[in-house]
Amino acid sequence: MALIETTDLTYTYPGATKPSIQKLSITINKGDFVILTGPSGCGKTTLCRCFNGLIPHFYNGTLEGKIEVAGLNVAEHKIHELASHVGLVFQNPENQLFALSVEKDVAFGLENFALPRDKMRKQVDWALQMAGISELGDRPPHELSGGQQQRVAIASVLAMQPDIMIMDEPTSFLDPVGAQKIFEVINDLNKKLGITIILVEHRLDLAAKYANNVIVMDEGSVVLNGSPREIFTSEEARLIGVGIPKATRLYQHLKQHGVHLKTVPVTTEETANLLREALKHD
Amino acid sequence: MIEAKDLHFTYPTGLEALKGINLTVDDGEFLAVMGQNGAGKTTLVKHFNGLLKPTKGEVLVDGVSTRDVSVAKLARNVGFVFQNPDHQLFSETVEDEIAFALKNFDFEEAVIEKQVEWALNLLDITQYRKTSPFMLSGGERKRVALASILAWDPQVIILDEPTIGQDHQQKEKLQQFILQLNAQKKTVVVVTHDVEFVAECNPRVILMSQGKILAEGMAEKLLTNPKLVAQASIVPPQITQIFLELADLGLPTDVIDVHEATKILLDRLRKKQ
Repeated sequence: MALIETTDLTYTYPGATKPSIQKLSITINKGDFVILTGPSGCGKTTLCRCFNGLIPHFYNGTLEGKIEVAGLNVAEHKIHELASHVGLVFQNPENQLFALSVEKDVAFGLENFALPRDKMRKQVDWALQMAGISELGDRPPHELSGGQQQRVAIASVLAMQPDIMIMDEPTSFLDPVGAQKIFEVINDLNKKLGITIILVEHRLDLAAKYANNVIVMDEGSVVLNGSPREIFTSEEARLIGVGIPKATRLYQHLKQHGVHLKTVPVTTEETANLLREALKHD
Repeated sequence: MIEAKDLHFTYPTGLEALKGINLTVDDGEFLAVMGQNGAGKTTLVKHFNGLLKPTKGEVLVDGVSTRDVSVAKLARNVGFVFQNPDHQLFSETVEDEIAFALKNFDFEEAVIEKQVEWALNLLDITQYRKTSPFMLSGGERKRVALASILAWDPQVIILDEPTIGQDHQQKEKLQQFILQLNAQKKTVVVVTHDVEFVAECNPRVILMSQGKILAEGMAEKLLTNPKLVAQASIVPPQITQIFLELADLGLPTDVIDVHEATKILLDRLRKKQ
């Protein structure tokens, strides 16, 4: 079932001379785990702002074409109506956090939905725990490190249990172990709770194994759309400068030297298994 | 040369961020500071240009204690690029942003023009010279912040998480010009979580944990030690992870580079035939 559908979506920021999104048509289905990638400035963040209605309602500008999210026409529905379906974790957590304690920040969205107190308590605790910051509940967000703030931003969206979670480089300030934990949390939300995930990410080596779909944008349009395996082996992806995971690159290097592994690996484990087989038999 | 001697730093909130750091960064060295969130990496490098002064111990830049020099004076030699570009940018156009420090340092107009041009070009942002930095994407703002520091050509360049928000191509460029700066005998200190970036540059690395230095050495030694990297809350580069999984087949485990990995595997496969 299509949860997000855009048809010839074109958007121009107020005062800009050319559109940031151009005639973009995509479909994202319920339960998808999508990685949205492409050169910096290609329109990824702008597209995310269309998904939750910040565009056009907050940023204004000119929106043409059609965009439907959870069956709602974004242009005709307010941000708060979309908010119960779509949660957006900002690239820069400082732009998202504002309350005087972590707990209050995480509870803010739920308060706006007028949730009963005990249910709110439960969901806040759950979100804090999922994001690994239960012990930070009383701390002021602005005193936390960049990585901790990023977790608070994730928790505050998580608490709302939206149908769709959009995350704009949600782990960029986190150390690799912290990032891996967050990716696993995101993966659980997707696989166990069926939340549709749209992840904006450059570091595909970390995220590729969780995704079923990779969308590559360039200059405001979609240039590639397919499974991680298809994308990572395509010549176009290389040319646009998509960061192919090292595991896939090792496969490509071996292939150039006449060694053909059975399939194109995307993850560390797959590569190790394929190499083990090749080294044993051959 | 930058020296930290028994450097301790406690924030006004009582948080003890650095607990006795001893470290020397030589002229022309390329150093990466890695480790867990909250380990004290940013706090440490903020001492290198005097933004923070030690609570105990001292930091010497070219033999002079940072306590005895103003930040403004230190800045001429030590440029600092913040993790979050929004903490740094404030001008109305990209061009003004880059020219700002140059004007403060009293460079001549002609020099300023030339340096701005050079920096715009280097960071691939010439097309945005008349644009407000705040109209740009996260990755582009990061490059503006970098350009504004590189423009005045400091001897030491400190980069706090330079690869955040950068796509693959920009990262490769960043890597190239860091190596280029380094070849010009500039000192480059990078704070980063990006193991793949470090694996490709192979600089000297210090791993930090809880306000202390856990280990130091070349990237290929440190990042391939599973115990150490786990203690520092990082993960080995993907190539290393693959080789660690295959350790029982007698393959080396200290591999970080994809070309080296290819060579080792090809050798092994040939021997089998």
